Amino acid sequence: MRSGVVIFPGSNCDRDMIVALRKITGKTPIKIWHKEYDIPNLDLIVIPGGFTFGDYLRCGALAARSPVITSIKNHISRGGTVLGVCNGFQILIEAKILPGSLIRNKKLLFTCRETTLQVQSCIENPFLSGLKIGECLKFPVAHNEGNYFAPEDLLKQLKEEGRIALKYIKQKDNEKNYNPNGSTEDIAGILSNNGKVLGMMPHPERAINYLHGGTDGLKFLTNCVEQIIG
Amino acid sequence: MKVIVNVSLKEGVLDPEGQAIKSSLNNLGFEHCSDVRTGKQIILNLDQNSETEVLKQAKKMCEELLVNTVIENYEINILKD
Repeated sequence: MRSGVVIFPGSNCDRDMIVALRKITGKTPIKIWHKEYDIPNLDLIVIPGGFTFGDYLRCGALAARSPVITSIKNHISRGGTVLGVCNGFQILIEAKILPGSLIRNKKLLFTCRETTLQVQSCIENPFLSGLKIGECLKFPVAHNEGNYFAPEDLLKQLKEEGRIALKYIKQKDNEKNYNPNGSTEDIAGILSNNGKVLGMMPHPERAINYLHGGTDGLKFLTNCVEQIIG
Repeated sequence: MKVIVNVSLKEGVLDPEGQAIKSSLNNLGFEHCSDVRTGKQIILNLDQNSETEVLKQAKKMCEELLVNTVIENYEINILKD
């Protein structure tokens, strides 16, 4: 599988994502610098986490206006697959590739801890199709602006179109802080209307080794790779 | 020409920073302060003399980069010397 990881000034999860994809595919993903207009045909492009351009103006706002975004939009219009994690999700939103907005965490705190996610019933997509609906995955989050916000009409549309992919879920009935950022309806990740683009706040690449505290990220990314290469 | 762009959060969008400021103001004894909303101000210098053109350009900048119109409103004012 040919994959690529996009790097902006301030990306900081690019190496972890490369390590994860290399571990799964046996091939090193190509690194795509943000100034590149021409990128080769790839099966998967990942926009990793970080603090691109220092999170100036709004998280992901400046990265979303970089030359590479035009190439990514072309890749998507050819039916290509894109995964955006954390700041990568913020960039996809700012580039208007995914709808809605990611605003400050409700409690105004940078949250860095493990969360439990539940796979939702959604449109066919290469990220979750091999997993069971209702299945839970444990990935860490690390963000300050991950509170997904959508106006009511958009939220209704996302539900009707089956584009809510992942939600934060309680482990115990009385658990209060299972949602790390106060997102609308506990949304952790959403899909594009063709299912080929997924944006998510939690970090699968930070859960690929027992030393990380879990390997659900490896399971998730391995499934993505298997679905993409068929 | 100097242009001031005021960006504010739309009504209904959670402003946790505003809420934290409000609660701090209340603690300081300003108990009549019932709501606080925060925003940001962007000051632009445009090398142009026509007010119409300046407003047009500033509006385009807001729509393309400066403002996230899903959650934010903006107001453009030309600063007169």
